[in-house]
Amino acid sequence: MPEVLQKILWLSTALFFIGVYGMLTRRNMLAILMSLELMLNSVNINFVAFNKYLHPEKLDGIFFFLFIVTIAAAEAAVAIAIIIHLYRYHKNIDVGETEELKY
Amino acid sequence: MNEGLLVILLLFLPLVTFVVNRLFIGKKWPVLSGYLATLILIITTLLSVVLAWQYYFEYGKINGTYALFIPIDEPWLSFSNSLSINFTILVDALSVMMVLVVNIVSLMVHIFSLAYMKGEDRYGYYYAYLGLFTFAMLGLVLSGNIFELFIFWELVGISSYLLIGFYYTKPEAVAAAKKAFIVTRFADFGFLIGILLLGSLSNQFDIVQMVGSLTSQQTLTQGAGTSFIGLSALTWACLLLFMGAAGKSAMFPLHIWLPDAMEGPTPVSALIHAATMVVAGVFLIARFFPIFQLDGTVLTIVGIVGAFTAFFAAIIACTQTDIKRVLAFSTISQIGYMMLALGVDDNILNPHLGYTAALFHLFTHAFFKSLLFLCAGAIIHAVHTNNMLEMGGLRKLLPVTHIGFLVGCLAIAGVPPFSGFFSKEAILFAAYQQHKWLYAVALVTAFITSFYMFRLYFSIFWNKPVKNEHTHEGNWLIKLPLLILIALVIVTGFIPFGNFISANGKPLLLPMHIGFSVIPVLLALLGIVYAAILYFKESNVPASLENSFGLVYSTVKHKFYIDELYQFITHKIIFNGIGNASAWIDKQVIDKLVNVSAGITFSFSIAIKKLQSGKVQQYLLIFIVGILCLFVLFLV
Repeated sequence: MPEVLQKILWLSTALFFIGVYGMLTRRNMLAILMSLELMLNSVNINFVAFNKYLHPEKLDGIFFFLFIVTIAAAEAAVAIAIIIHLYRYHKNIDVGETEELKY
Repeated sequence: MNEGLLVILLLFLPLVTFVVNRLFIGKKWPVLSGYLATLILIITTLLSVVLAWQYYFEYGKINGTYALFIPIDEPWLSFSNSLSINFTILVDALSVMMVLVVNIVSLMVHIFSLAYMKGEDRYGYYYAYLGLFTFAMLGLVLSGNIFELFIFWELVGISSYLLIGFYYTKPEAVAAAKKAFIVTRFADFGFLIGILLLGSLSNQFDIVQMVGSLTSQQTLTQGAGTSFIGLSALTWACLLLFMGAAGKSAMFPLHIWLPDAMEGPTPVSALIHAATMVVAGVFLIARFFPIFQLDGTVLTIVGIVGAFTAFFAAIIACTQTDIKRVLAFSTISQIGYMMLALGVDDNILNPHLGYTAALFHLFTHAFFKSLLFLCAGAIIHAVHTNNMLEMGGLRKLLPVTHIGFLVGCLAIAGVPPFSGFFSKEAILFAAYQQHKWLYAVALVTAFITSFYMFRLYFSIFWNKPVKNEHTHEGNWLIKLPLLILIALVIVTGFIPFGNFISANGKPLLLPMHIGFSVIPVLLALLGIVYAAILYFKESNVPASLENSFGLVYSTVKHKFYIDELYQFITHKIIFNGIGNASAWIDKQVIDKLVNVSAGITFSFSIAIKKLQSGKVQQYLLIFIVGILCLFVLFLV
């Protein structure tokens, strides 16, 4: 395994767990959404890095990266729409307010 | 007319009255429903007369023997190729005779009830239930399949239950209805086991084939192999059938329901609890008579139980003061006579005299006992009480009823030339030839019978001067059935009954010896004279006699405390012993088990309820921890 790839993997792992930490601890829903983007992007880094250093003759990793970016954009749109609606009901975007959804 | 169609019409027309009256017109137009039911009964009675005429005089006799016909045999429940329960109609000398009796008595009761039940609440339903009863009773006597017979047997029981409890606002009537139903159900439990035993012994439920296969020699030797407590399976089957018969026919010790059943309307007592349903037990034994004959022990038991019941019920009847209860005990006593006659049937000394005598007595008893009950109904209708001590001197006010009651009493006492004399003579003669002891019991019972019947007669119609001069008899609807029945009671004794009904279908001459008849007739007259001495004029002799007997009298008056004994057994022993024990098990074991399992589920759900908090981040944490665990599990 090339030396560079290992470093990149360390970076993406670090990014992923920063995202996990943010998701678990933040109360603000926008912050949670940002943490989610961090996790997605760490995965993207992995795809691109594996593609480049292990199978440079193929483009599969790049395609997956493109798909994930597209989906992440769509997901962000939906998530922000939900957040705006919740804000209209509760006048804040604390994630604790969503507890009532279990009923 | 085709005999199959005729029988079907005969059987199902009363069912039509039941359905129409109960569902459609009984509530809105009760008077119409009464007339409709009576009209239909007139039609079925005419049909049954046609059937009887055709059977006995036109096609029934083949080579001098009454043959049996099966006009209808439709598969109804088929379990397998070899085992099926058919809807079979069996027309033979016995069933035709029963159809005739049921229809005639039912018609009389229908006509009588038009006046007697007039203005009663639920008048239309009353006729509906009468229709149901008539249908069930006709089905019972025409059944050619033992399961079909059982179904009709239960239908008869349920219509009896409905009619006993007709005055459902009276607690006694409700209790009596329940008692009748439970006691007969208890007996029917034995009957059902007997049916299954017979079915397994002969591999079929068709009565004719069953009797045929069981009486063939081959099955006999097979059946003898299996035994239980020293008796063969066949004997057990017969005993269990007799148990069912004893329950329906109120034989000791299952007689307790019949006196209480008198809470029902009086015409119902005349139809169900005197003339037709209660003799279904006698009919049942007669129907399976060839099987009973295979085993002398069962027939002996039948005879002894019959004789004992006849004597026992006659003694109780002497102390009762409710006129319907006296008649109820006399019914029990007379059915005891029929059972006695079946029990002393012997094909060696005098071929099947007992069988014919029993059915002859059934035939005559149906008419004179329904006459007595309808007279009692007319009396109750006129004076509004059941207690004979409050009556007296009614002979001038109720002339037709007076003559009817007198004729009925003379018939049941066995005074010639009334019908009871002939049938009772036949029974006594059969008993005399077979068992001298049973003959002696029957003779004593004959004396007691005439005593208590004339005690009743003198108390009602003579004794005291009349209390209320304005009592009147009622219209022709009351008088007409009484007159018809009086005629029947006088005529039926002269029918050469042995020509029509006998165990093997061949004509049998009922013996009539003047010398033999002297003793029973003298005893009957003695009973009448004795009753006349005590009750013809109002006196205190009966009361002082009661006092001098003291304890004996009160024991008899309380019906030998049999009801109390049953009460003790059911309440103190069964309810306390078995009932409480099973209630304890139910509460402590079964309910506890259910409660504990419910409790476990509940506390478990309380414990895991906190997991579903609605906090998204908590879910996420659990999810991630789970993923990590899987990661550790599979990759490390």
